[in-house]
Amino acid sequence: MKRTLVALVENKPGVLNRVASLFRRRNFNIDSLTVGRTENPAISRMTIVVDADAEKIRTQLYKLVNVIQVQDVTEIPDVSRDLALIKVRVNSQTRGEVVQLCDIFRAHIVDATTDALIVEVTGDEDKITSMTELLRPIGILEMVRTGMVTMTRGEHVLSPNGYKPRPSGNGYRTNVL
Amino acid sequence: MKLTGAEIILECLLREGVDIMFGYPGGAILPTYDTMTKYPQLRHVLVRHEQGAAHMADGYARATGKVGVVIATSGPGATNLVTGIATAMLDSSPIVCITGQVPSAVIGSDAFQETDVTGVTLPVTKHNYLVYNVEELAYTIREAFHIARTGRPGPVLVDIPKDVQTAVTEFVYPEGPIELPGYRPPQRAAEEDIAAALALIESAERPLILAGHGVIMSGAGREVLQFAEMTQTPFALTLLGKGGLPETHPLSLGMMGMHGTGHANLAIQNADLLLAFGMRFDDRVTGNLKTYAPNAKKIHIDIDISEIHKNVRVDVPIVGDLKTVLGQLMPHVKPIEHKAWLGQIRDWMEDADERDIVNRDVGERLFAAHVIHDMWRATGGDAVVVTDVGQHQMWEAQYYPHQRPHTLLTSGGLGTMGFGMPAAIGAALGLGGPNVWAIVGDGGFQMTLPELGTAMQERAPVKIAIINNGFLGMVRQWQEFFYEERYNATPMHNPDFVKLAEAYGIPARRVTRREDVIPAIEWANSITDGPTLIDFVVETHDLVYPMVPAGADLHKMIRRPLPSDTAI
Repeated sequence: MKRTLVALVENKPGVLNRVASLFRRRNFNIDSLTVGRTENPAISRMTIVVDADAEKIRTQLYKLVNVIQVQDVTEIPDVSRDLALIKVRVNSQTRGEVVQLCDIFRAHIVDATTDALIVEVTGDEDKITSMTELLRPIGILEMVRTGMVTMTRGEHVLSPNGYKPRPSGNGYRTNVL
Repeated sequence: MKLTGAEIILECLLREGVDIMFGYPGGAILPTYDTMTKYPQLRHVLVRHEQGAAHMADGYARATGKVGVVIATSGPGATNLVTGIATAMLDSSPIVCITGQVPSAVIGSDAFQETDVTGVTLPVTKHNYLVYNVEELAYTIREAFHIARTGRPGPVLVDIPKDVQTAVTEFVYPEGPIELPGYRPPQRAAEEDIAAALALIESAERPLILAGHGVIMSGAGREVLQFAEMTQTPFALTLLGKGGLPETHPLSLGMMGMHGTGHANLAIQNADLLLAFGMRFDDRVTGNLKTYAPNAKKIHIDIDISEIHKNVRVDVPIVGDLKTVLGQLMPHVKPIEHKAWLGQIRDWMEDADERDIVNRDVGERLFAAHVIHDMWRATGGDAVVVTDVGQHQMWEAQYYPHQRPHTLLTSGGLGTMGFGMPAAIGAALGLGGPNVWAIVGDGGFQMTLPELGTAMQERAPVKIAIINNGFLGMVRQWQEFFYEERYNATPMHNPDFVKLAEAYGIPARRVTRREDVIPAIEWANSITDGPTLIDFVVETHDLVYPMVPAGADLHKMIRRPLPSDTAI
């Protein structure tokens, strides 16, 4: 069964590499991994979807010094979103069909030429999968997904443990990638 | 005070209490080497290969309980450290490696002697750093030592570009606590976990303590022994747990696992409660996990949360420092007797004694077990023994009972051949005493043999005992048992080790007869101002018994035949 983990990590060079390296060497399979900044520029947040023993992954992640907090949010009510850009080959007959599908799925057409449309669709995994399946017979030219980002509902938050970046000289680099 | 990066490195080492560094110079670390001339209180030991430096720092750390320090240059200097770092990682040994890196302006350009050292060592370090800015250097080194020595200890590497070593900045040593929000080693157990453990302890009829390296690391030997005596619970040791508890104690069952004692393994399989103290259920300890301790409830106390349920699912997991947790537990523990269980174990022990080669007359032949048994007698059982990896390592574990922590230093997790001699040099220099023995095989010894030069140059009072059977003995044993005696690539044509030692100026002897063993050991003990070497030429056709084949059920041991079955 797929499990979703959310991790707060220090926004420092090489942290993504440390996490990815851990998954590889412990033989954990990643379904998707996203990483981005948070409201605190010193902290990045990862959403990791795995098909593996999430508890093992959680405890292993804690061994990384740069990992501040990890939580398995699979059982907690949450909002999960994935964004896909799908380039579809169209002609005068199929163009209307795509526009109709976008209406149903509340997707947007973000680029249009005579032969192709780019559809932007946001939603959970299932929604994007169904959209893809419906567009496939029409002709998908290219597709990209961001991977899942997750936030639990209500007041529950993942706390950064009062994290403060170390005060230091000028060269504090902040690119996590 | 304005200092260069190199000066900051050495100032920080001094403040961490470092008195000795093991290293090898090279281009990218030269500014630091040049600066060493201003710091004569920091002793530098020049090794012959960087792997030796890492093992020496590791041996130093394991013998003294302090952090070992390694210095090496970029590229090949740093990559040569990798085996030593991985060894320290698997055995949770605290070392800090400082490596030079090419100037930051050329990083990523495949510059001369450039390697992505933080990338290469990422999976084999507890943490590592690449320092781009001289202003971050002091804090980084302080953090590196803190991470290396706290929690579950381990190796930390700090990679420092050459220009950072020469850059100048105001030196402010960061006093005060280190704040690492992602690194907070656990200490105390939750009260409900203590209660759950107590309930299991009180109802157990056949309890057994499995004592690991954590007993030594946590300094919890006294507490564990107190618990064992109070509850009359026998204890078995992992290889790295040896020394944590006195092995000649009546409740001691010796080592467990693949080459553990028959009674320890049978006790595990028949126990109704296992108390795993600072050990990690390694495959060499458990054998087949499906049939491991099938009737036992399990309490697991470990400082590393990722070890909980990793290999064996346990009933009461406790994440914390063993000494602290036992301090919480002990006030509630009541005296218990387990007479029937201890009686059963005594029967298993008698069977093991009957099979033991040490109790047999073997005529003229010299067996490794006899050498190690005699060494135990001649050193009063109190030497610091450093082993290499292989048959001799297991014989040491079986025939040299240890009484004190930090007296057996051995590569357990990684099983690194070549570890023994350099680690013994590090231990001897760290302890400053002449009571350090390296017991090595003829195979592993030759992997790091050039460090004889280091031993002699530094006058390290280390005694090297080669258990020489002319074979890669443990591989040969597997070939005998599992590969129909096809001894491929295991016979060794060896040099004359005595002449070799003499070429370095090291006094050396060869021993081929049992009656010469103790006199040779006493001779080596009389030399206290430098290394000595004894070449013990032992039986080739000898096997480590008992043996649990890899992945087999723990109770299905291959035992040494009884005297009535065969001569040996």
